[in-house]
Amino acid sequence: MSTTDTIADRSWSRARTAVLRDAVGVGVAVGALGLSFGALSVLAGFSVAQTSALSLLMFSGASQFAVIGVMGAGGGALTGAATATLLGVRNSLYGLNLASLLRLHGARRLVGAHLVLDESSAMATARSDPREARLAFWATGISVFVLWNIATLAGALGAHVLPDPEALGLDVAAPAAFVALLLPRLRGRRLWALAVAAAVIALIMVPLLPAGIPVLVAGLTAIVAAFTARRAGDR
Amino acid sequence: MWTAVLLGTLGVYLLKLVGLCVPKSVLEQPQVQEASALLPVALLAALVAVQTFATGHDLVLDARAAGFAVALVAALLRAPFLLVVALGAGTAAMLRLIT
Repeated sequence: MSTTDTIADRSWSRARTAVLRDAVGVGVAVGALGLSFGALSVLAGFSVAQTSALSLLMFSGASQFAVIGVMGAGGGALTGAATATLLGVRNSLYGLNLASLLRLHGARRLVGAHLVLDESSAMATARSDPREARLAFWATGISVFVLWNIATLAGALGAHVLPDPEALGLDVAAPAAFVALLLPRLRGRRLWALAVAAAVIALIMVPLLPAGIPVLVAGLTAIVAAFTARRAGDR
Repeated sequence: MWTAVLLGTLGVYLLKLVGLCVPKSVLEQPQVQEASALLPVALLAALVAVQTFATGHDLVLDARAAGFAVALVAALLRAPFLLVVALGAGTAAMLRLIT
């Protein structure tokens, strides 16, 4: 009895170390992205306070990049907010998968919701043991939150000491970052076709619609595609 | 700009919370699953296209397109995230330097 307890304790402590190490590793990788977010946000015309508010409060990488991308290109506030919100839809699905695992209530649920991210969800669902999965969720979420925000502030403050951003090619940094975020999702011909179609639709709309709206219209085609493909039974 | 920051924040947070609160049956409908898988793909692709090929209401082909092409190839070759960004930005910077 006591031996099995010791073995269980030892394997839990080993698992805990592994989970925490992974959490810090993910945080550092995300922090590097946070640096570029901070700088690009300031270059897009947001103040340091607004930039930090995005990372502290919105705390969702793709949505934050979308806000500064849309607003930086002259889009309206509502368009920026709508694009960010639509990009956050996937977090609902993560939450759905996490809910039965975390079993959060009251204030812990409100805090936990803030930490629902690509990274924390991936790390938690990768663990089969529920105790490890819960630890992975909180450790990754907190690690990413801390490092993402420190990096954002550093990037935002550093942006002012940079020379001409276009001479450094920084206007390409955001699309390049999006490509890197997007490609791992493009599994299969259907998703590639959707990505290309969305890009073409957005470009066709650029001369016709106010800034930011073309991206939203292209996004809505995805929803239409989802429903029509389902009805046609095409998978 | 604060409007965009705060409204967007509210929207993103509520969506995170919804997942933890809503009964499984609602979000488990196949169409909802499908749409939430497709939505980021379409939005990100559209954002990339606009940021690369549009200036205001005009479509243009400039150093950004070359930077994007290099970044795309790097990403296809599974280069690490920061390398993709650095190669894309670096290509555009080099082109602007020599033209």
